[in-house]
Amino acid sequence: MSEASPAKAYALHLGVIALLFALSFVLPAYHHGLLARIMVLAVFAMGYNMLFGYVGLLSLGHAMFFSAGLYGAGLTVYHFGWSVPAAFAAGLACGALLALAIGLLALRTSGVAFMIVTMMFAQVFYLVILYFAAWTGGDQGLVVPQPARILVLGSASLDLTNPTVRYMSALALFSIVLLVTLAIVRSRYGRVLVAIRENEGRTKMLGYDTFSNKLAAVVVSGAICAASGAAYALLFGYVGSSFASVQYSILPLLWVLLGGIATTLGPLIGTLFMYYVVDVTSGYTSAYLLIVGIALILLVLFFPKGILGTIRQRWLGWLP
Amino acid sequence: MHFGPHLLLAALEGLVTSAVLALTALGLSLVFGVMRVVNVAHGEFFMLGAVLAWAISTAISDHPALGFLAALVLAPLIVGLIALVAERLVLRRLNYNPEATIVATIGMLYIIQQLALTFYGPEARPVEAPFSYRILLPWFGYSGYKLSIIAASAFLLIATWLVLTRTKIGLVMRATQYDRETAQAFGIPVERVYAGVFAFGAMLAAVAAVLIVPISQAHYLMGQDPLLLSFIVVIIGGLGSLRGTVVAAVLIGLSDGIISVFFSPTLAKIIATLLVAMVLVFRPQGLFGTSSR
Amino acid sequence: MTDKNGFFDLSKTSFTRRTALKGLAAGAGLAVAPGFVRYSQAQSSAPIKIGFQSHRTGIGAAYGRWYEKTTAAAVKAINDAGGINGRPVEVIIEDDGTDPGRGAEVVGKFATQHKTDIVYGTLFSHVVIGSAPAAGEAKIPYFVVSEGHHVASTKLNRYVFQPGITDVKSQIQSMAPWIAANAGKKVTQIFPDFAFGYDHRDYLPPALKAQGAEVIAQIAIPPTESSFTKYFPQIPAETEVIYHVMVGPAVLTFVKELGEFYGSNRPQLFGFIDSLEATDINSPGLEFLDGSHFWEGSPRYAQPDDSPAQKAYRAAVGIDDNGAAVGDPKDVSTAAHMFGCWETLYVVKKAMEDAGYKGPEDRTKLVEATEALTEFAEGPEHPQGPKTFNGKIHQCFGIQNISKVEGGRLNVVHKTKIEDGLYEPEGDYTTQAL
Repeated sequence: MSEASPAKAYALHLGVIALLFALSFVLPAYHHGLLARIMVLAVFAMGYNMLFGYVGLLSLGHAMFFSAGLYGAGLTVYHFGWSVPAAFAAGLACGALLALAIGLLALRTSGVAFMIVTMMFAQVFYLVILYFAAWTGGDQGLVVPQPARILVLGSASLDLTNPTVRYMSALALFSIVLLVTLAIVRSRYGRVLVAIRENEGRTKMLGYDTFSNKLAAVVVSGAICAASGAAYALLFGYVGSSFASVQYSILPLLWVLLGGIATTLGPLIGTLFMYYVVDVTSGYTSAYLLIVGIALILLVLFFPKGILGTIRQRWLGWLP
Repeated sequence: MHFGPHLLLAALEGLVTSAVLALTALGLSLVFGVMRVVNVAHGEFFMLGAVLAWAISTAISDHPALGFLAALVLAPLIVGLIALVAERLVLRRLNYNPEATIVATIGMLYIIQQLALTFYGPEARPVEAPFSYRILLPWFGYSGYKLSIIAASAFLLIATWLVLTRTKIGLVMRATQYDRETAQAFGIPVERVYAGVFAFGAMLAAVAAVLIVPISQAHYLMGQDPLLLSFIVVIIGGLGSLRGTVVAAVLIGLSDGIISVFFSPTLAKIIATLLVAMVLVFRPQGLFGTSSR
Repeated sequence: MTDKNGFFDLSKTSFTRRTALKGLAAGAGLAVAPGFVRYSQAQSSAPIKIGFQSHRTGIGAAYGRWYEKTTAAAVKAINDAGGINGRPVEVIIEDDGTDPGRGAEVVGKFATQHKTDIVYGTLFSHVVIGSAPAAGEAKIPYFVVSEGHHVASTKLNRYVFQPGITDVKSQIQSMAPWIAANAGKKVTQIFPDFAFGYDHRDYLPPALKAQGAEVIAQIAIPPTESSFTKYFPQIPAETEVIYHVMVGPAVLTFVKELGEFYGSNRPQLFGFIDSLEATDINSPGLEFLDGSHFWEGSPRYAQPDDSPAQKAYRAAVGIDDNGAAVGDPKDVSTAAHMFGCWETLYVVKKAMEDAGYKGPEDRTKLVEATEALTEFAEGPEHPQGPKTFNGKIHQCFGIQNISKVEGGRLNVVHKTKIEDGLYEPEGDYTTQAL
């Protein structure tokens, strides 16, 4: 990774963004809509990868950060009629604050205990959503009204329910997060995180405050996941407790593992892959979960580093 | 109802929960302690036990007790066999790498769940209890079968404890748990121990499910809750500690029963989960575990 | 395919082009009859495509299967009689995993990939609410068979309809007079601690109060609970009626434990059959229910006074006199709800014919035509009974049945009137832009 030439890496990422932009004009309507959703969820996976891939902390509770963003944005629009940018900021802030609080507690543990602690905090978050059903709509969830989902910028207004606007908004969010992650990963801070992953004791001995570095990573990760959740609420118009369930904590883990741990583009590849496996196989059989399960086991047996990780290992050593 | 009887009922209910939980969690704890594998599919082995119990007891429909006894013997054996195959085909090839095995067992979870849905169906199906004696207390009636679950579970736990502490098998297992490389150097067939532990862990979950299925039907999604609760028990009890697992199971089972007397159930679950999380944060080795290696 | 799910894969079995054309030929034979004149004017014979959002996996799977069976039967009946506007009906099924996120994606898939004319058939309310925005944005009519109050609450959008089954608020309201008059005045409610339960929690007390009875305790139980005994001490001793509406796989446990708790010395029991849909009433442990009463949308067991339409409907769907699949007495149907699929499809047929529907460009006409409907007469198209339809809130209202468990079957002892279940509309969809 250290041998990578920065130009090559940035060119690749800009190329991917340009490709996604171009795809907007050629894709059939269905795949266009699906890709918009995939990009938003890939942001969720990128946030997860930030912590899991680069710091080596395996969380089983990231659904709470995603849904903090989802509810932070959704509820402020629904109950207080906030504008789109304000609601998005509210979602982001909710996620970052929650991540700070959870990080302060959970980072006292490591390994399996960290997994279980994050899972339990996420379970608490999920139950709290159910408990305050009068505000959150409980398990049924709430529909964010269509007229509220219009982004007003000066005299122009963008209707987020329009497919093209939605795709471009998703792409914008995805691009920003992708470039930010790339910058973080290549920065001095990113290298400290990797050092913590590889050997926390030694990093500490070298004089780094590993706790606050890890805490910062949890907050960044939580904020990115919250951004994805807030975008989901505003772009797709539904908030519901199922997004806070354990299943949505396991999904980003799968996406990242499939795409490639600690690769910047892996989360996108993994999300894309999983979505299309489910989508295509569900057309042939209702037993698509079986195929997903088998695919997972085969991947972990034969491509343990995920799709991009394997490519990096075998052919393109410079991939970030 | 008055407070005393109410509390008694809650405690009885909590004990039944604890009994089943202790068996399930012990299976998870052994696999985790000896192999360092987080088996996410553990709840599905539980579900398989219940589903097989239904299949077996339906096939043998002469007398409910006969069908149930057959299920109690056969269902865990079949589940153990399935676990053995899974261990051979997948976990061993992954060299028991912690992260890879998590993903692989998530894959198993999906596969087992889907197969159960396809071949067993989406309905909840009942299994008749071997006997239906209703114990009449002055304030309320209580199922005699439920009390027998507590006894059966206690018996199985003691048997497992004897095997682990008093037999050569137990010694070999503990040696492997303590230090895999050294055990191998001393000629212990580590791979066979692992295979045996994985199968035994799954069988414990299956037994627990057969015991509980006459009072809570077999359903293909029933593995989720026991998995989460077992995780909690294993962590609170400390890794690989049998005593800790049992105490934690009783603690969690009882608190689940009794807290709901005082609070609204959702709020009770929030408080209980938060408390357990805090225990983990401030005492990561569990309440009864010694320091982790 | 040997599995049960595969059996219902409509796209591969009963809905080939050939059977559709056969149906068309049969329709042509009827064209001389006065009511069928308009078929001869059909310009296109391309099938009308209905996207069926089905719960094949996830918590709703037990219900999804029977919804698919009923839909298959209704579509066959419609096609055999000449289809809609002379065009055969084709059903395309997508599984939503009973998940609102996936549900929204499935609606998108129907609208943009399969290019279906409408989306139809959803049962679980969180999936309906999660999918509604996608339907509204794609401007594709979305006909649900969910019984939730969400459509009638006017919190969704103008493209969502529930014309085939009465919503739960109306059901509850129409039960109150019978409960107060026949079961008892002091009622304790036991309900799941989530949205479906909240409808009962919120709408029953005022309805009972209006009848001079009262709710003396409300016990909410978390949906994930698998054991219930510990909640029973909260039931006040003076309770005359226990009103229970548990749903999900643990309901059998609920009834059995209630039985162990009370023995033979129990208060009156009144429940919604949702608790025991797809479950044999003669399962071990359910003896306790003998003599208790249930709400049923449509009766599970054949009744002595069944109309010819009801008999024909049961035969077409393939359920026997006990409400189980013909040939498999263990495969109990979801009879109390699944009639809604049959009736919804006939409402779609009626609205499409009223609108002169030709293709997706006429979707707004279809919405307006559906809103213009006011009542549905009892008959082959509406075998459950007569209904009225309120186009402003997109909801139908029908009669309800109260059945008693006697001798291992459910016998209808009371039928409510439509007026019993009417309430003030909470809004008006027709003011929304199309």
